[in-house]
Amino acid sequence: MVQIIINGLMLGATYTLIALGITLVFALMNVMNFAHGQLYVMGGFTVYYLYGEAHWPFPVALIAAAAVVGAIGFLLERFLFRSVLRRSKREETTMLLAVGTALLLDAVALAFFGEKQRGVPELVSGVIQWAGAFIPLRRLLTFAVAVVLGAGFLSFMTWTKPGRALRAMAQDREAAALHGVDLNRYGSLGFVLGAGLAGVAGALLVVTDSVNAGGGNVISIKAFIMIMIGGAGVVSGAIVGGFVLAFSESIGYAVIPGSMPYLIILTALIVYLIFRPTGILGKRWG
Amino acid sequence: MDTSRKFLLGFVAVLVVVPLLVQGSSYWLSVVINITVLSFLGLGVWLTFAIGRINIAQGAFALVGGYVTAILCTQFGWSFFIALPLSGLVAGAVGGLLGTAILRLRGVYFSMLTLCLTEAARLLALNWKDLTRGATGITGIPTPFQGDYAGLQTYFFDVLLLILGMQVVRRLMESRIGGIFRTIRSNEDLAASFGIPVARYRVLAFTLASFFGGIGGALLTINLQSIYPSSFTVVSSTNDMLYCFLGGLQSVIGPPLGAAVLFLGFQLLQVFGPWQSLVYAAAIIVTMLVLPNGLLSLMGLFPRRTKAAEVVR
Repeated sequence: MVQIIINGLMLGATYTLIALGITLVFALMNVMNFAHGQLYVMGGFTVYYLYGEAHWPFPVALIAAAAVVGAIGFLLERFLFRSVLRRSKREETTMLLAVGTALLLDAVALAFFGEKQRGVPELVSGVIQWAGAFIPLRRLLTFAVAVVLGAGFLSFMTWTKPGRALRAMAQDREAAALHGVDLNRYGSLGFVLGAGLAGVAGALLVVTDSVNAGGGNVISIKAFIMIMIGGAGVVSGAIVGGFVLAFSESIGYAVIPGSMPYLIILTALIVYLIFRPTGILGKRWG
Repeated sequence: MDTSRKFLLGFVAVLVVVPLLVQGSSYWLSVVINITVLSFLGLGVWLTFAIGRINIAQGAFALVGGYVTAILCTQFGWSFFIALPLSGLVAGAVGGLLGTAILRLRGVYFSMLTLCLTEAARLLALNWKDLTRGATGITGIPTPFQGDYAGLQTYFFDVLLLILGMQVVRRLMESRIGGIFRTIRSNEDLAASFGIPVARYRVLAFTLASFFGGIGGALLTINLQSIYPSSFTVVSSTNDMLYCFLGGLQSVIGPPLGAAVLFLGFQLLQVFGPWQSLVYAAAIIVTMLVLPNGLLSLMGLFPRRTKAAEVVR
């Protein structure tokens, strides 16, 4: 029982990073980034090459993963989404573009990294035994890093000037622009941050699990489940969604092994959305 | 004769001429057959878009249809020609039931959930071992088309069904129901305020779309003579959606056009070897940027007597 709770907590922190990234981009740009999982995979591979192969220190590899994936996010926003968003008022155009981007990044990952499952050498070894539960140290470490990063991101959004500008933009683009927020610049920043969060999450999970080129869609699906549970475009929703999914997973896998838990989670999600189409904390959309 | 009928006639002509061109090459014949069936799946997505929803669940319904056919033809020894309509009906019924629940979601919420639905269908097929044999899949499904001309028979059968399906959709969209669909697409709340039972009509559209998905899945399954839980995945659903959107939403020609260009394009890009998917994805993005309204909008480059309004519609 304690084990289940601990597993859920550990997983939940990283999942929250994923959900925060996708919800940020959605809140700012009204773009549901179908390529979020693929960005996550890119982060995982950055750490695999820098830390696993080139033996750079892990913190450097982690920062590099954020930077690389953030840069990919910047390029995507600057050269693809910005022009399409400006030209089109129809939401499906940007959604299609996001799906196309996901295909592209999948293809990039497959062409450059191959199909093999990649893991990295253990960051720290050892297991703590506490209250009858086993906590591998590497999980504890990724949990701590995820919590610190999540808290850092939230304080950035709450207390700094750029963070305030981003929140203003999410609330009302035009009013924010009238108050001197440069929408292009902060749109870029939002995309970079969102992508960076996906990259960091990928970088952290490659330490405890592993990464493979085709894993993007699975993570995207998880990201969607999380923001559908919590509600899209809301920070608190992302956190709630991240932990609800993580706990469902850890309970599910403890009770029934295999792919059954996800079937149950997805079925429950559909039933749940019948009653709450906007998630726990989401605003009515559309 | 209106434009869309001209299109359709030209399209029929292409479909009849094509097998003459690929004559003798079973590879190219199978490519054309695949395009035909994929067009069918795309047509279903097109119908869902007619009410303003982007449907990424077509793979799920194709899986349902495929398994119905596979089970009926192997375990019960039924004829494919009975199993085929049943596949469509079962998929349609499942779609209708699910639709009543999930169509309340709008915009990206609906799209995200349909994507999850595709994954759920795969997991269901994987775990419902008594019915689907799990990951082992069902193989050796007897095909009704045998002998020297099996390929051509399959092709003409599939093409006939596709033309029939396109006619049904075109007629539907020209009817009163089509008008209601368009009203729902442009503004659901406004449509409801006119007294249109919006919920009923959107379930109707989704049921029909799932029916098309089921038929398409059954056809693909019988052509491959096998089905696995991974036969139709999120990638298939995404592709079905791309066929419809890259083809164009203005006319029912859109999905077949998109399916033909994308599927053929992917086959031709084999010359790039390991870079095939990369070039393919890049080409898709470029197409989206250059032709945001799909390949059909190229028709607008040759304006004749057609009214501009009709093309836009």
